[in-house]
Amino acid sequence: MVRVALIGAGKMGLSHLSILGAHPDVEIVGVCDTSKMVTDVLEKYSGFKCFSDYSKMISQVNPDAVFVSVPTKMHFKIIKDLLTAKVHVFSEKPFCLKPDEGAYLIQMLENTGLINQVGYHNKFIGTFQEVKKLIDNESIGDIYHFQAEAYGPVVIRKKQETWRSSPEEGGGCLMDYASHVVDLLNYLISPVAEVHSSTLKSIFSSQVDDAVYAMLKLKNKVSGLLSVNWSDETHRKMSTSITICGTKGKIISDASELKVYFNDSSTCPDSYSKGWNIKYVTELSQAVDFNLRGEEYSAQIDHFIDAIMGRKAQSINTFESAHLTDMALNMIKLKSLN
Amino acid sequence: MERILFGDNQFFAVNHISDEKSRAQSIRFKEDSAIIKTLDQAREAGVNTFMCTTHERIANICDIIRKHPKKYHNFNIYPCMPYAHKYANAVTELGITGTLKEYVPGNFIGSMLKGGMAFLSKDYLSIMELLIDSEMKMFKGINTPVIFLQNVVTDLLLGLGMKDILIAFHAYIKKKYNVEAGFITMNMPKLVYLLKEGGVENPIICSSINSAGFRMSGGKALYEKILKEEQFRPIAMQVLGGGAIPVKEALEYVCSIPKIESILFGASSKSNIDQTVELIKSFDRERK
Repeated sequence: MVRVALIGAGKMGLSHLSILGAHPDVEIVGVCDTSKMVTDVLEKYSGFKCFSDYSKMISQVNPDAVFVSVPTKMHFKIIKDLLTAKVHVFSEKPFCLKPDEGAYLIQMLENTGLINQVGYHNKFIGTFQEVKKLIDNESIGDIYHFQAEAYGPVVIRKKQETWRSSPEEGGGCLMDYASHVVDLLNYLISPVAEVHSSTLKSIFSSQVDDAVYAMLKLKNKVSGLLSVNWSDETHRKMSTSITICGTKGKIISDASELKVYFNDSSTCPDSYSKGWNIKYVTELSQAVDFNLRGEEYSAQIDHFIDAIMGRKAQSINTFESAHLTDMALNMIKLKSLN
Repeated sequence: MERILFGDNQFFAVNHISDEKSRAQSIRFKEDSAIIKTLDQAREAGVNTFMCTTHERIANICDIIRKHPKKYHNFNIYPCMPYAHKYANAVTELGITGTLKEYVPGNFIGSMLKGGMAFLSKDYLSIMELLIDSEMKMFKGINTPVIFLQNVVTDLLLGLGMKDILIAFHAYIKKKYNVEAGFITMNMPKLVYLLKEGGVENPIICSSINSAGFRMSGGKALYEKILKEEQFRPIAMQVLGGGAIPVKEALEYVCSIPKIESILFGASSKSNIDQTVELIKSFDRERK
């Protein structure tokens, strides 16, 4: 059994808690949140031991692992304390507000053997996993262009503000929405190396960006476009997609459907043929034991727990990979100020 | 419950396999009249129950139904609450307390927070009751013989082990609306056991049941075992496995499981509606 605690029982925190609650190898030993109403409900109906001070929780319940899902601004301080206490950490995304903070935490991990993971769940979606395979096998030849996009209806009118509408706390479309897309890009093709141009637009929010448009160049010299907008109500929920053009073909993928075009039948991989090929997430996703809003949320937690139990090596969404994403987000932000 | 239930995903651009198809549906069903036309085609095929989320556009559909009492006197709606994306987007923007303030009617939450009063367990259940009533407003005067809790909420509570809230939902629907409560879930085996443990007798549970094992958490074999051994009233949804299974094979599978009371499906075209209904009827006849 892995003894797990949670800091921050907001939207993602509760979702993690529910999946953890159903996990056969997990015992929930503590939940920390500053909302009395939330901890009250969790104590009363789930029987979890709740705290309002995370240091107290760590010293009292002594967990093996902690999930951190608080506003991004607080990640650094909390994760630093957790690594000092020698616990495995799963952090929500983005990793840290400032790249120096992430670098410091990565240094702290050295020689500790602690498992570390950040919640970029797209990497656990079947279609994107298949894209990764196709790219790693160079199935579409030399890549020369990409377009990475995400749209959704988070802020569709002017209204009340929370931490997500405060730039100091890590709010805004760049940090919340575009981080997913940048991270996926880093993973699928190559990490962002340069930002040629970038625009952060406020549409309805007064203090933060609601859309991000940028031209990027990756470490492997491939360039392309990033287009992300969380004030787009033509989408029912967040929809993330990526188009990748190569000399032997083209990939267009979102979380549910993968379309691949191959120029030539002699070079395309097994189970594909010349012309358009369509695969759906239904055939590409692995079954999970508990499903809350999608297999990927359970799969990422399984991955973390498996690594702690020594069943699998931790290879996806390490602090190090999330740190590369933080650096790219920072470059996009700086470029927009010029 | 009727043997065949008509779903609403196609009307609200919910498509599990293609964003493109979902946009096409959103264009096709832009006008309420297009939804009504399809519902009428389902009725002509003999399907008189519409199972739908409490999406804001359903309020318009309810208005049309109320205006034509003769035409729709046999017609039933099974509301499924809440329309989760409405709340999920609100929580991202407003936080949990902000969302409750926005959606719980009156000034209940405001006075609770301002008063800083010690919360009694009854107060939380009252919040739930107020939310249910607010979601049910649009169905006033319409037959709603079963009222469902949507899977995101059911499964969230299930994972959190909040058995008492699930039971309280069941009890309140019976008490206030004098109809059956139902649960939609992606985790049917776990829910069946939890409700049994909580003493809920013969609950209505709607879950993915298909020959491909798609969205059947814990595996197809476990689902088949529960369907054989446990006492509950199952509704099969996602019978096509998200489009992975040919229609005939898919329906033959669900029709072969005697325990399944109802089959939920959605379709946009008259020919697909007619074909599905015909196939279910013919497989049912064969079994008898």
